Amino acid sequence: MTETLNGAQITVRLLERQGIRIVTGYPGGAILPIYDALGQSTVIRHVLARHEQGAGFIAQGMARASGEVAVCMASSGPGATNLLTAIADAKLDSIPLVAITGQVPKAMIGTDAFQEVDTYGLSIPITKHNFLVSSTEELLEVIPRAFEIAASGRPGPVLIDIPKDVQARSIEITQWPEPGQCRPAAPAPADALQQAATMINTAARPLLYLGGGVVHSGASALAVELAEKANLPTVMTLMALGAMPVDHPLSLGMLGMHGARYCNLALDECDLLIAVGARFDDRATGKVAAFCPNAQIIHIDIDPAELDKIKTAHIGITADVSEALSRLLPMVSANSREIWVDRIRSLKAEFPQVFPDADRPLSHFGLIREIAEHLDDDASVATDVGQHQMWVAQAYPLRRPRQWLTSGGLGTMGFGVPAAIGAALAEPQRTVVCFTGDGSILMNIQELVTAGEEGANVKIVLMNNATLGLVHQQQTLFYGERLFASQFKAMPDFVRAAQALGIAAVDLDTAADPVASLHAALDQPGPCLIHASIDAEQKVYPMVPPGAANRDMIGA
Amino acid sequence: MNAINRNEQQALARAVLEIDVNNHAGVMSHVVGLFSRRAYNVEGILCLPVGDGQRSRIWLLVNEDTRLPQMIKQVEKLEDVIAIRRHHADHAVFSELKAFFQP
Ligand SMILES: Cc1ncc(C[n+]2csc(CCOP(=O)(O)OP(=O)(O)O)c2C)c(N)n1
Repeated sequence: MTETLNGAQITVRLLERQGIRIVTGYPGGAILPIYDALGQSTVIRHVLARHEQGAGFIAQGMARASGEVAVCMASSGPGATNLLTAIADAKLDSIPLVAITGQVPKAMIGTDAFQEVDTYGLSIPITKHNFLVSSTEELLEVIPRAFEIAASGRPGPVLIDIPKDVQARSIEITQWPEPGQCRPAAPAPADALQQAATMINTAARPLLYLGGGVVHSGASALAVELAEKANLPTVMTLMALGAMPVDHPLSLGMLGMHGARYCNLALDECDLLIAVGARFDDRATGKVAAFCPNAQIIHIDIDPAELDKIKTAHIGITADVSEALSRLLPMVSANSREIWVDRIRSLKAEFPQVFPDADRPLSHFGLIREIAEHLDDDASVATDVGQHQMWVAQAYPLRRPRQWLTSGGLGTMGFGVPAAIGAALAEPQRTVVCFTGDGSILMNIQELVTAGEEGANVKIVLMNNATLGLVHQQQTLFYGERLFASQFKAMPDFVRAAQALGIAAVDLDTAADPVASLHAALDQPGPCLIHASIDAEQKVYPMVPPGAANRDMIGA
Repeated sequence: MNAINRNEQQALARAVLEIDVNNHAGVMSHVVGLFSRRAYNVEGILCLPVGDGQRSRIWLLVNEDTRLPQMIKQVEKLEDVIAIRRHHADHAVFSELKAFFQP
């Protein structure tokens, strides 16, 4: 059957055909045809953010929680530029997004038209791929392709810039394209897997190093199985937390700048490092030359450009890590590896991770512990960026892949609240806790309105130290205690601000029974801000000073 | 190191990259953007359509650098890049153009 539809209707239909049920965005002149068509859709629900960056992070929250490609939209010019930070963030953490932006009509491109900006040019370095659609017909090819690219290989954001006249023009459609799907990656070479297995089987002190790719690939259970079969002590990057339950006996938790001392010391001793879906980020490795100095390296990653980028691997395998691990598993022999496992146990005993004050529920660690104990593994945990983020990474017992949403690569303050909303939209049955700071929350506080409007089940735990804690910490430790621009003089009343923006709020500082108030806030469905003052002098320890080797951690 | 020396040094250590790409606006910026964001100078660029014009071929003259293998992998990842081949600096494509680049 032939239908006559305009580009905007085609766009919306193609999104429907992709299985998209929620899009988030913010309208404006150049994308109004698409919004008009979206308003007619009976399938797609539009979540109106209160800032395009919020929309971008809400979409990210959906994608991170579900593993599916999520869609956000913005208008041309300022709408598009406001989206960019969330897109760059998705690029660095390999999150599958399709961002659709309106553009001025084709004939006006390049004339400095009203709200014209070179969205295509601006987005080249921060997307996996991007399109400037030059005809309505092209939408039929570009939109499925954008989903295919976002989901295939190493996931990432794809931007589609659509001029207004392309949206408005009608064409006849006789046939719809197939939805874009994840293309399977080429299988891992058998000989390389065999060599890797031999190396694992003969290693005395192997370590498994899991990165975000393990979560993206859905390989967490396989990774745990491999670790258990061969008794491989396991370290995780910030992005991989939850891939192996952090309280698993083989888990050494997070490595790197704020990892546990026993974890970084174990890396120093290992003779084989098995990197899976990890990219040797500088916050994980510390000074690269001193990272795992005695180890041979097996590196498995779906992105060939990650192999040998930072560290040269003895065996580099380009593959989907699920596929590679499932074939590696039978080749690896069971091994109790008692000496090495014992050594790990004594490192843990000798250099334990300490959580000062954790038994005081209103301390920074106490709050995290109290919340974790009250919730179960079904809850998801989002964070903003700062000390609070690192404390949660160190202390929250993450046990489930996709339980953990944090801005790793870009480290974007303002990520937490909208990402938590996105996670709650994608998985409404879950409670989503968002740990944030008094600096970070202000970067996207307008999204509390969105949370209220959507009734998103988010519990925003504001750990208020009245400072930009991580900056304060660096200035204290490395800039002669010259605190500058890191202590707030004016502090908003966050509880009243949250209430004014339309959500419930509790102040644990003034509550008669703070623990009871905390529990009540966590148990009550719907959005809530939970405010707690914490001590500004607390540091994130241990810490690898910038540029130092991981073994030279300071503190605790 | 004086200027002549430096030039000689560079002449010794150059590579020519031959890149087959889809021919549409934007492909060139994707390719050269990978170099510029890494402050990796591109010494020479040549690009013309091939066959029916659906595709183009980009020739780049670049300095040898320890980062070159990584650059090649990054170029390979671009959606619009079909193939990339690496040649020695003595490849004819740039040397035959010398006449057009006299000071
Ligand atoms: C958008 C953005 N701007 C600046 C920074 C640099 N930065 C990193 S942590 C931090 C302080 C965060 O303060 P807050 O949210 O209050 O958290 P705290 O460290 O106090 O827990 C700053 C300014 C950043 N990561 N992101």
